[in-house]
Order: sequence, then C-alpha cells, then structure tokens
Amino acid sequence: MTNNKVGAHGPDGGHKVIDQATGTPMVGHEWDGIEELDTPLPRWWLWTFYATIVFALVYVVLYPAIPMLHSASTGTLGWTSRGALAHEISEEQARHQALHAAIAAAPIETLASNPALQRAAIEGGHAAFKVNCVQCHGSGAAGGKGYPNLNDDDWLWGGDLATIQQTLLHGIRQPGDDATRASQMPSFGRDGILTPAQVQDVVSYVRLISKQDPAGAASTRGAVIFANNCAVCHGAGGEGNRTVGAPRLTDRIWLYGGDRAALTNTVVNAHGGVMPAWGGRLDPVTIKMLAVYVHSLGGGEAAPAASAPAAPAPVAAQ
Amino acid sequence: MDLVLARSGIWLGALLFAVIATALSVDSGFAVHMMICGLAAVIGLVVTLRGVDLNAAIHAPDPGRYDDDLIRLGVIATVFWGMAGFLAGLYIALELAWPQMNLGLQWINFGRLRPLHTSAVIFAFGGNALIATSFYVVQRTCRARLAFPGLAKFVFWGYQLFIVLAATGYLMGITQGKEYAEPEWYVDLWLTVVWVSYLAVFVGTLLKRSEPHIYVANWFYLAFILTVAMLHLVNNINVPVSWFGSRSYPLFGGVQGALVQWWYGHNAVGFFLTAGFLAMMYYFVPKQAERPIYSYRLSIIHFWALIFLYIWAGPHHLHYTALPDWAQTLGMVFSVMLWMPSWGGMINGLMTLNGAWDKIRTDPILRMMVLALAFYGMSTFEGPMMSIKSVNSLSHYTDWTIGHVHSGALGWNGMITFSCLYYMTPRLWGRTRLYSLRMVNWHFWLATLGIVFYTAAMWVAGLTQGLMWREYGADGYLVNSFADTVAALHPMYALRVLGGLLYLSGAVVMTTNIWRTILGHSREEAPLHGAAFDPARDVPLSAAAAH
Repeated sequence: MTNNKVGAHGPDGGHKVIDQATGTPMVGHEWDGIEELDTPLPRWWLWTFYATIVFALVYVVLYPAIPMLHSASTGTLGWTSRGALAHEISEEQARHQALHAAIAAAPIETLASNPALQRAAIEGGHAAFKVNCVQCHGSGAAGGKGYPNLNDDDWLWGGDLATIQQTLLHGIRQPGDDATRASQMPSFGRDGILTPAQVQDVVSYVRLISKQDPAGAASTRGAVIFANNCAVCHGAGGEGNRTVGAPRLTDRIWLYGGDRAALTNTVVNAHGGVMPAWGGRLDPVTIKMLAVYVHSLGGGEAAPAASAPAAPAPVAAQ
Repeated sequence: MDLVLARSGIWLGALLFAVIATALSVDSGFAVHMMICGLAAVIGLVVTLRGVDLNAAIHAPDPGRYDDDLIRLGVIATVFWGMAGFLAGLYIALELAWPQMNLGLQWINFGRLRPLHTSAVIFAFGGNALIATSFYVVQRTCRARLAFPGLAKFVFWGYQLFIVLAATGYLMGITQGKEYAEPEWYVDLWLTVVWVSYLAVFVGTLLKRSEPHIYVANWFYLAFILTVAMLHLVNNINVPVSWFGSRSYPLFGGVQGALVQWWYGHNAVGFFLTAGFLAMMYYFVPKQAERPIYSYRLSIIHFWALIFLYIWAGPHHLHYTALPDWAQTLGMVFSVMLWMPSWGGMINGLMTLNGAWDKIRTDPILRMMVLALAFYGMSTFEGPMMSIKSVNSLSHYTDWTIGHVHSGALGWNGMITFSCLYYMTPRLWGRTRLYSLRMVNWHFWLATLGIVFYTAAMWVAGLTQGLMWREYGADGYLVNSFADTVAALHPMYALRVLGGLLYLSGAVVMTTNIWRTILGHSREEAPLHGAAFDPARDVPLSAAAAH
C-alpha cells in the first residue's frame, strides 16, 4: 500500500500526497496501514440523496405525518388509511348493490328459477366459503374427522336450502343462541351408563348394521342395548334423526370414524361438534349465498313437500 | 493467592445463588436455566481453583503483542454457532416444506426452532463475529491492547452463557414472543450486564489509543454497541410474574408495544447487522485489497446520515395496521431517505478496489467481500422500496420479506463474516496462509449458488402469495382460499431447502478450511493471491517503538 503513491508520507500539513492508481489526493491519516483518499462525494449519490429528501418532504405535506398533542397533521390530500378502506369497501358494495338486493329479495327456495341470480349466488357463496369455512370443512368442502363433508347427500341436520341457511345463521351448539342446533349424546361409557362389555356389544351391533361385520353373539346382545339406549335418537334401525342431528349409522359415512376403536371412543365419550352462528358475523345476503353454494355442491335436497317447520325443536342439552 | 480466593468466593456465591434460585423456581424452565447458571459457576470455580487460565495456556500474555486470545476463541465460536444456526435454518426450511419433519415433538416444532435459528445466526454467529472483529480491529487501529482484559474475558464468556440460556429457553418454550427479542427478563438482564461491560472495554480501548484519530470502523462499532444497548433496554422493559419464574409481561401493550418492538426490530437490523458489519467492512476490505478507503468525506456523511435516519424507519414494519397513519408515513419516508446513506457504505467498500480490481480474479477472499457488498447494496435498495406503502401492500406478510432478509443475511452478513474469518485466522494463529485458498473459492461458489436459489425461490413465492391473496374474480369475489396459496408455494419451499443446503455445504468447507489452518496444515495446491501480512507491524505502538 505504500509503494503506489508519490510524495512524502506525512500528516495533513504541506502538500497532499497523491495516490497514483487513482490520481486522488490522500487525506493523510493512517491506521494499521489503512489510508483514506480525499475523494469528493459522488455527485450522483449526493443528488439522489437530495431527491429522496425532497420526495420525503413532499410526501409529508401530502399525507398525515406530523404528530401533535392530540392528533396529527392530516395532509393536503385528506387521505387516511381508514378512509381509503371504507372507500374501497363502499365501491365494491355499490358494484354489487343491485345483485345483492335481488338475492335478498328472492326467496331462497325459488332462487333457482333465476339461473343468472343463482350462478351469482353460488359464486359469492364460494368466495365467502374460502374465507370463512375452509378452516374446518376444507377448501374442497370435503370435511375431515369431526367436520362433515358437504359434497355428499348425508346430512346431519338436513340438506334443503332453508335448513342449511338456518344451520348457518344459528350455528351448532352455540350457547346464547336460542335457535342454535343443539343436542347431546350421553357419554355412555365414561358416565357408567353402559359397562365396557356392553359398549363393545353395542359397537358390534353398529358394525353389523353398517355392514362392516357379520352378525354374532355380541351384536345380538348389542341389538337389545341399542334399542334401549340409542334408538331414541338414532332410530330403531339406526337410520338417524335429523331433528336432533343424530347421524345415520347404516351407511359408510362416518364423522368420527367407523372402525371399532373410533366407535368405542364415540360410545364411551360421545362427541358434540360445534359450528359458529354466522348470523352474528356475516350479512344475511352472504349467508344466503353460502347456503346456495353448499346446496349446489352435490348433495342439496329439495324442500320437504309438507311445510314442516324449518327449525326443529331444539333438544335441551343436559 | 488472594486473587484466587476472591475469585473462588465470587464463583461460590454465584453457585449458591443458582442453587437457591433452582430450589425456589416456580416453573421447570427457570429451574433448568438456573442449573445451567450453576454449572457455569462450577466450571468457573474449577478453572479458578486449578489455577489454570485457559487462555494463558494457549498464549502467555505478552504486552508486546495484541490481546488476541479472546479473538481466537471468538473465531472458533463464530464458526461453531454459524454451523448451528445454518443447520437449524435448513431444518426449519424442511419443516415448512414437509411438516412431518416436526416429528410431533414440541421441542423441535417450527415455532420453537425458528427463534433458535434467527438468534443463532444473528446473535450467536453475527454477535460473536462482531465481538471478535471489534476487539481485533479496535486494537490494531488504536495500536493499543484491550482496556480491561479481565472484563473482555467476561464479555466473551458471558455472551456465550447468554446464547446458551436463550437457545435452551426457546426449546423449552420460554419466550417473550417478541421477534429477535425472545429471551425472557432474567436473560435480558444478564445480557445488559454483558453489553455494558462490552461498551466499557471498547470505549476504554479507544481512550488509551496511540493514534491521534479514531478510525471510521470504530465509529461504526461504537454506534452499534451504544444503540443496541439502548434498543435492548427499552424493548425489554418487562415485569416478571415471579422473581423465580421465567414468565414476564411487557410494560407496553397494544399498538405501542408493537411500535416499540419494531423500533427495536428494525434497528437490530440497522445497528447490529448494518452498522456493526460495515465496521468490519471498513477494516477488512482495505486490508485485503491493500488499497486506501475510497472517500473519507463519504464515510463521514454516510455514517451520520445512516445513524440519524435508521432509528426512525421502524414503523414501516407496521404499514396498514392499527398504527396511526402519521407514524406509518414517517416510517416510510425515513426508509426512502435511508437508501443513499446505506449505499454510501457500499460505494466506499467497492470503490476502495479502484486500482485493485484485477485482484478479484485471483483473490477469492476479496471476491467474497465484493459479493457481500453487492448483496448489501441490493438489499438496502430493496428495503426502502418495500417500505413504500403501495409496494408493501403487496409484499407485507409474504415470503418476499423472508427473501429480502436472507439476501441481506446470507449475502451481506454471512459473506463479509466469512471473508473476515478467512483474513483473521492465519494471522491470529501465526500461519503463513490459509490451509487452502482454493477451498475459499469452493465456499464462494457454493454459498453464491445457495443464495441465488434461496432468494429467487422466496421472491417468486412472495409475489405468488401476494398476488394470490389479492386476486379477485370478475364478480368481485376472492379467488383463492389461504390454503390454496399455501399449496401453491410448496415447490418454492422445496427450492429454498436446496438453497439452504448449498449454503450450509459452503460453510462446512469453511469449517474444514479454518480448522486445518488452526492445526497448522497447508494444502498442496496451485497458489492464489492473498493479502500481504507483516507480523512485525501487527503489534501495539509501544512495542513497535521498542523494536
């Protein structure tokens, strides 16, 4: 480092030492062999720095920036992030206003008579589903353990439009909502209603009626236990009962699993899945669209012929 | 003898305290930590009683030479923690791509290993590199031995204890939940004591310097030490639930807490990872290039501009949150103004090669430094750009942020640290050269390729994520659910694993190279260029005069 400069090595005074490789004067300091050139600030660097400062000053005038005791400068554009969001939301709402009004006005049972309206409702329901429902029911609505598959025609509480809408509005087992779907299966094993042997017998019976196991002595004993304890909700033949959300036990669709271990766990401890009451969270049109979307997935049912009450009498939980 | 007695008394006192604290602890994590402290006290006691000074065993103190024992330990610690941190990073990258890698074990799930990774690379690897190089540089540019050598020893070992407590705490689930400030209140208090001692050693050495002026690298080191002390103290004002428990609650809550956290978090980047590493750059680049610093004036202007502007930029981490609009505006404009002051360091580093550009063809260490500066320039342009609110609305919460951080961390902090380790190791252990300069070349290419894979994957992933989140269909409805976006990122997450693996492989090559250098081995190979070194000049000024 000492061999490529001309002039005597010395402190600041006197003539500047010139670095030969660059032709730049040296400052004259030296630390452990490190010296410094006296290069002026690069012009482009300096002017870009000034430009960012000018940008900052202009931006500070245009937008909220200067804090004061109780508020801050508002900026000459009058922009606020809350205002910008509200504006964007109201623009979207205005864009959808006519459509949403039409969906709101149409009775859900007859929405299908207007194909354009129904298509729009399915689209809107699909979008709302992606934000609110996929966490439990999955992005393909195929559900999972404890979360029903919405693509099939096996419904716990009913699969016609009005019933789905009712379930969405009031949720399942939501305390504080009088119209919520509510029922409670007893914990037959944990609470000592059935002995472990009886539990195994009734599980054998359930596996018989679901056509998984052949008949045997255990399932014969289990049939009696089933008739005395389970049939009141699940039906004499295990066909289920939608008024209390009791699943059909004769098919291969299981909410918590149909193998012996899973069934034993269900009989011993019971389950009671919950779903939020979306009525308090989403607007009525969105809920209607969600109902139409879920109904459209493949398992939607026609409304019952007789004008049966849409809301089943809630069974009081113990 | 009295000294041994007094020291033993201190160790016994510490041991007693640790035992009592273990007995009184209200949670198992705190008990484990106090046992670790007790173990540290036992080790200290044994070392004291056996009269064995571990450092003296390596080199007897010689007033005619610099205080380098700690720096040698620091080099080893830097390499060790670097490997630990890179490995943790690779593992959590695997966990993100294939969640089965969590193995259902709470101790190694992503939530606990992630702070382990960030703390290991920033504070353990980066921190040890900063402490070691600052002690190396401050002595040589002041031509003076360290002030308070005993305190310096405490700084080094105390800092290692801090790292062990922090890391084991994360695995046990002890955390304040503040990013980059996860350790709990008692570990924070310990770090405060260590850090103030560090400041005392550094300033003390500056005060006893034999040079008339303070070199620019030392301004940056001092700014780093002082500001980190301030940031650490303010962001960790917590009230412990119990004096013998690991849990505490922060004084600041809600948006105020968030702002304090990101004032800390951003300046941890600004002063720990930028100012501190610029200090390393300002010494080691001119030494390796054997050229004078490009511009003294630029170093003054960009130093003060950087120090003044950085401290205000934190709110850009909280764009579009509950933070008041005025604070978001200021965070953004200060970040934009920070662009050129940041680039001042890059210009001063790169242009120092004026007259020596040909060396990057033959000197792999210098090439590594140039790459580090190039990544520094890229990420300090990207940072201000991402702080602009309209850009941020796309980039925020996406993997773009992760890509940005890693182009800085892997490219700038990693590469400049590696090159400094390569510079210091042969000089500290009195070897004529590294075990192999060709292996440095290998390290360079493995790391560069790794960074390219990593950052490119994260940029693509981030843009994909940001665009998918805000994608609306013709009817004005959201197109993607969150899970859809996660599924779309999987290939990029796999590519990131590859990038991390390449970077780690480079570090393995470095570890071998440095270890063989320490052992005194020398690989037979076609020579490459390295910077000259005169051991006779590498001494304090008083000793040089005596020569």
